[in-house]
Amino acid sequence: MLLRHTKTEVMEREALTINPAKTCQPIGAMYAALGIHGCLPHSHGSQGCCSYHRSTLTRHYKEPVMAATSSFTEGASVFGGQANLVSAIDNIFTVYEPDVIAVHSTCLSETIGDDLKQISTKAKDDGKVPEGKYVIHAATPSFVGSHVTGYANMVQAMAEQFAESTGNKLDQINIVAGWMEPADMREIKRLAKEIGVKIQLFPDTSDVLDAPQIGKHVFYPKGGISIPDLKSTGDSKYSIGLGCFSGEPGAIALEKTCKVPFQTEDLPIGLRATDRFLTALAKAAGVKIPDSITDERGRLVDVMTDMEQYFDGKKVALFGDPDQLIPLTEFLVDLNMKPVHIVSGTPGKRFEQRMQAILSETVPDANIKNGPQADMYLLHQWIKNEPVDLLIGNTYGKYIARDEDIPFVRFGFPILDRIGHSYFPSAGYMGGLRLAEKILGVLMDRQDRDAPEESFELVM
Amino acid sequence: MEKIGILEGREKQVYEKKGDSAAIDIKCETTSLSGSVSQRACVFCGSRVVLYPVADALHVVHGPIGCAAYTWDIRGAVSSGPELHRLSFSTDLKEMDVIYGGEKKLHQSLTELIAQYQPKAAFIYSTCIIGLIGDDIDAVCKKVSQETGIPVLPVHSEGFKGTKKDGYKAACDSLMKLVGTGSTEGIGKYSINILGEFNLAGEAWIIKKYYEEMGIEVVATMTGDGRVDDIRRSHGASLNIVQCSGSMVKLAKMMEEKYGIPYLRVSYFGIEDMSMALYDVAKHFSDNPAILDAAKKLVNREVSELYPRLQHFRQALEGKKAAIYVGGAFKAFSLIKALNSVGMSVVLAGSQTGNKDDYEGLKEMCEEGTVIVDDSNPVELSKFVLEKEADLLIGGVKERPIAYKLGIGFCDHNHERKIPLAGFVGMYNFILEVYNSVMSPVWQFAPRKGGLS
Repeated sequence: MLLRHTKTEVMEREALTINPAKTCQPIGAMYAALGIHGCLPHSHGSQGCCSYHRSTLTRHYKEPVMAATSSFTEGASVFGGQANLVSAIDNIFTVYEPDVIAVHSTCLSETIGDDLKQISTKAKDDGKVPEGKYVIHAATPSFVGSHVTGYANMVQAMAEQFAESTGNKLDQINIVAGWMEPADMREIKRLAKEIGVKIQLFPDTSDVLDAPQIGKHVFYPKGGISIPDLKSTGDSKYSIGLGCFSGEPGAIALEKTCKVPFQTEDLPIGLRATDRFLTALAKAAGVKIPDSITDERGRLVDVMTDMEQYFDGKKVALFGDPDQLIPLTEFLVDLNMKPVHIVSGTPGKRFEQRMQAILSETVPDANIKNGPQADMYLLHQWIKNEPVDLLIGNTYGKYIARDEDIPFVRFGFPILDRIGHSYFPSAGYMGGLRLAEKILGVLMDRQDRDAPEESFELVM
Repeated sequence: MEKIGILEGREKQVYEKKGDSAAIDIKCETTSLSGSVSQRACVFCGSRVVLYPVADALHVVHGPIGCAAYTWDIRGAVSSGPELHRLSFSTDLKEMDVIYGGEKKLHQSLTELIAQYQPKAAFIYSTCIIGLIGDDIDAVCKKVSQETGIPVLPVHSEGFKGTKKDGYKAACDSLMKLVGTGSTEGIGKYSINILGEFNLAGEAWIIKKYYEEMGIEVVATMTGDGRVDDIRRSHGASLNIVQCSGSMVKLAKMMEEKYGIPYLRVSYFGIEDMSMALYDVAKHFSDNPAILDAAKKLVNREVSELYPRLQHFRQALEGKKAAIYVGGAFKAFSLIKALNSVGMSVVLAGSQTGNKDDYEGLKEMCEEGTVIVDDSNPVELSKFVLEKEADLLIGGVKERPIAYKLGIGFCDHNHERKIPLAGFVGMYNFILEVYNSVMSPVWQFAPRKGGLS
């Protein structure tokens, strides 16, 4: 009973977070930056930040995660980190030879007021940035937002600092990926190809954080959007930003800097969000959705109807990142499940609005909270007061699942104790199938485990 | 093979043993070069990992959420009782707190938490940002301590104020404030404290049992499966036994100075060092020959059981090469001996935080051609693994996928392990893990080992 310290009585807390359902901005920026080919993320702060982010990403992806640090000392913290960053840029280009260094700040460098733009410009003026190489930067103070905010900020920086408008429109659609797994990004590329639309997907961590074993350690795996492709996003005819928290800011930036019109869609998780995404993509490109995709959809619907009786009315508690929870909740409702407790540490008004819209008819009194004090301790308390049939969330949910004996599906970030999340998509119709299979699997396992001998059956 | 470079400015942190004459003058105990892909962490990390296993204390991270999130249940330090240490408490500082200060928030958090959990003590970790905005956490801790009557201990672990080692020192400073505040009544003459043992996968329990079998009383384990009350009375022990010297030698020295308690440095890894750890303690209590007799009996029993079980592995592992990259250098010594005892050689020995003496010692122990490295990075590690044709990498979480990508075996001797590697039983577990990994059939599919690419 690891979490025996969770009290059932829910008291208003103002100043304290217990068992956070979020982490801080820089790790999101680091993850996003890995979605550019030949990019070395750089953490402008103490060594610890960089080390923690690399460790967490390493544990989640089981892949080497490369990133450099400014290695702040007391001196740098007093006199500013300019010297550290300029020499870091010089060292990195000399030894690690990336195409791009993506610098993100930390709470430390933000508080002492380091201006990443000014320092990057100085490094360039001092001749520390070789010809044809780039330094981009994003402000990601840890005391604002969450890891999702940091991801969005770095993606926005990619759009602002790379996209070029030549005036020559290209027949391609930008897809600004919200926080998704490499497998989801791969799936989106597959779907676009199947429909026959040329897309520029960024960031794209497929083939970076799910790289094959080739007997050597490749510092820059083959994946990631290339610089020319990233530049060309300014000439695309349209952008679709996926996720209003993580993908939309990049799409807005492209509209501002290069006048590329955009719309925002949810991450294509579950049936209806995938419908909306594919419809938007097909419409923007002026193509029709082929039968092959309609068949994929049909297979998902078929499974949903075949298995309907087992999902019906099951209560679910879920926690994680807003862009993932919104379409997931919608999918659960479509499966006739009842999401009753929902927590996201990431702040933002749109979360609650969307959740209310999705749940108002079927689960009007659901507990929903995001932002400060929306943590897993609160979720656990809610569950103690109103038990659920299923828990969905990242690895840390296993403590609650075990203590309360609840079937548990791992979904979100980070997942440290299982594999598969980075290889099998949750996005698209195929991803919906996988989610339905996982949910049904744990529900059925529980039914089998608890069934008395006389009702233990081969056929459900 | 493609050329892999060493970061400019790091040449002095890498040494290759060539002949006895070459003096080792390795540059160490410095901060990492800006721009390096360092494997190191920060001061806060050092403090957090040392104090984390004190299970009946409240651990509150004063700072933005990340610092608490990344250290939430970061190590498998298990407790035989309370598990308060496994919850993650954070003041979760926001922009306004950074501007106006977070003292009020900290005070309120502590008051609420102490009322709710009634812990034996509270550790308050100061993070980078606190060092900058200048919150007076000492004053807040003092106030809360007066209001609640429990020790509320500031840990000055601002991330940028040095290396992980400085975090160990900050942790020792906090522990020292507890030491000496409890009654020593009833503590006998043949008594020790176990220091620098973090009870990963229950290792402290194994060690404690050995000492108790020898007739020695263990007053406190610091910090594995730690209890505040034990730490408070630990100054009543006659001897401190320090395993992870990097983390705890400072506390041992402070206790020696203030309370006259001598200390011994030991290691619990490998047959040789484990036995030595027991004998050294027995010899310290030489006025009681029964202790040495018991130690001899214990070692004899354990070794005669373990030794034949290791021979099977030796046949397979003889001649295989290992690369070691660990946090503290002291552990590397034990690992080299342990690997040698099953016929394996070490081709790379590196540490994140070693000092000159450590590296001199490593040089003495290592074979010709071995590379010794301080504060290494993935590029160097993969360079040496390939060049030296290692079959195994021993390291921590960030090294694991590198080993696998290179197509060689791996053993986590840091903190992600779930089975105990200390003690005689730990030696068996360690070699079993090495054997399973090095001899795994999966490597035949790795392109470098002749598999299809």
